[in-house]
Amino acid sequence: MNPYAWTWVAIAAAAALAFLTKYAGHVVPEAWLEHPRVHRVAGFVTVGLLAALFATQAFTSGSALVIDARVVAVAVAALLLWKRAPFIVVVAAAACVAAGLRLLGWG
Amino acid sequence: MPVGRTVAALTPATMLVMPRLDAARQQALSVSLATGAYGLSFGALSVAAGLDVWQTMALSLLLFSGGSQFAFIGVIAAGGSGAAAVATSTFLGVRNGFYGIALAPFMRPMRAFTRAAAAQLTIDESTAVALAQPPHDVPARRAAFWWTGIGVFVAWNAITLLGAVLGSAIGDPSDWGLDAAAAAAFLGLVWPRLASRRAQGVAAASAVLALVLTPLLPAGLPILAAALVAIAAGWNAPAREVPE
Repeated sequence: MNPYAWTWVAIAAAAALAFLTKYAGHVVPEAWLEHPRVHRVAGFVTVGLLAALFATQAFTSGSALVIDARVVAVAVAALLLWKRAPFIVVVAAAACVAAGLRLLGWG
Repeated sequence: MPVGRTVAALTPATMLVMPRLDAARQQALSVSLATGAYGLSFGALSVAAGLDVWQTMALSLLLFSGGSQFAFIGVIAAGGSGAAAVATSTFLGVRNGFYGIALAPFMRPMRAFTRAAAAQLTIDESTAVALAQPPHDVPARRAAFWWTGIGVFVAWNAITLLGAVLGSAIGDPSDWGLDAAAAAAFLGLVWPRLASRRAQGVAAASAVLALVLTPLLPAGLPILAAALVAIAAGWNAPAREVPE
């Protein structure tokens, strides 16, 4: 198979696994839900994965660590989050800052 | 939209019929639009990662979980394998399984078709808006879940399509700052979960570990390695330190 077809296979697999994961939550026996360790690990996995995704999305390019316009953009985003700005404002502001800096020729 | 203003705008007769539903619907609508707008970034980045419009739409329609979708195309864009993309996407989607558990007390019982639809719509936003309604108001919680789930589904897919089509026309998404937008979105998603010291420590350790491993491991694996930090931290954490 060519790479295009393999991408379709990966999409189908990811979609099937995503659905099964979601579905599993709606059918687990309620007795299983009580175990505290299940809750604890789940909460931290979400935090850890989102933080890792943030870091790689903000500070890497391919397999290299880079400092560019995204650093300023996410600093502005953090300031706005601290000021309790709405999610959409934070995301839009980060895009505007990065796009503006690149328009000026930096990063 | 503040809840108080919404309720004040209703006539007494309306309030008798649907005491809390309108507040839930207002929240559902604003969350749907805010989240849907972020689909523009996904559509454009997905096309930039080398997927075509059909593949991009298949991810938004069938996978339908923002973080997992960004992770999937992120691994592909970085030159990672399809298997690494599936693994990263699936690990990131594990939380959706726990959302179904959190929804259980007021969503169950459901018929088979309804349960399948609810499963597909079980994401961060539908769960969050549902759980934000008063604990014992089952109709409001259910309405919030369905309105937010369907609202985000429609907006996310429509705007993904726009982003994918525009994406191929507007060139490099980073010229528009969409790579920074994705980073800001992940920051915005993790931000409310950083209340405890332990959560902050997990976030910092996971971020640093992912960065340190990025030059050393194939794309996607640094993020999975970071998840191990979370499992280690959560194994024996005191309950009051666990993020929601």
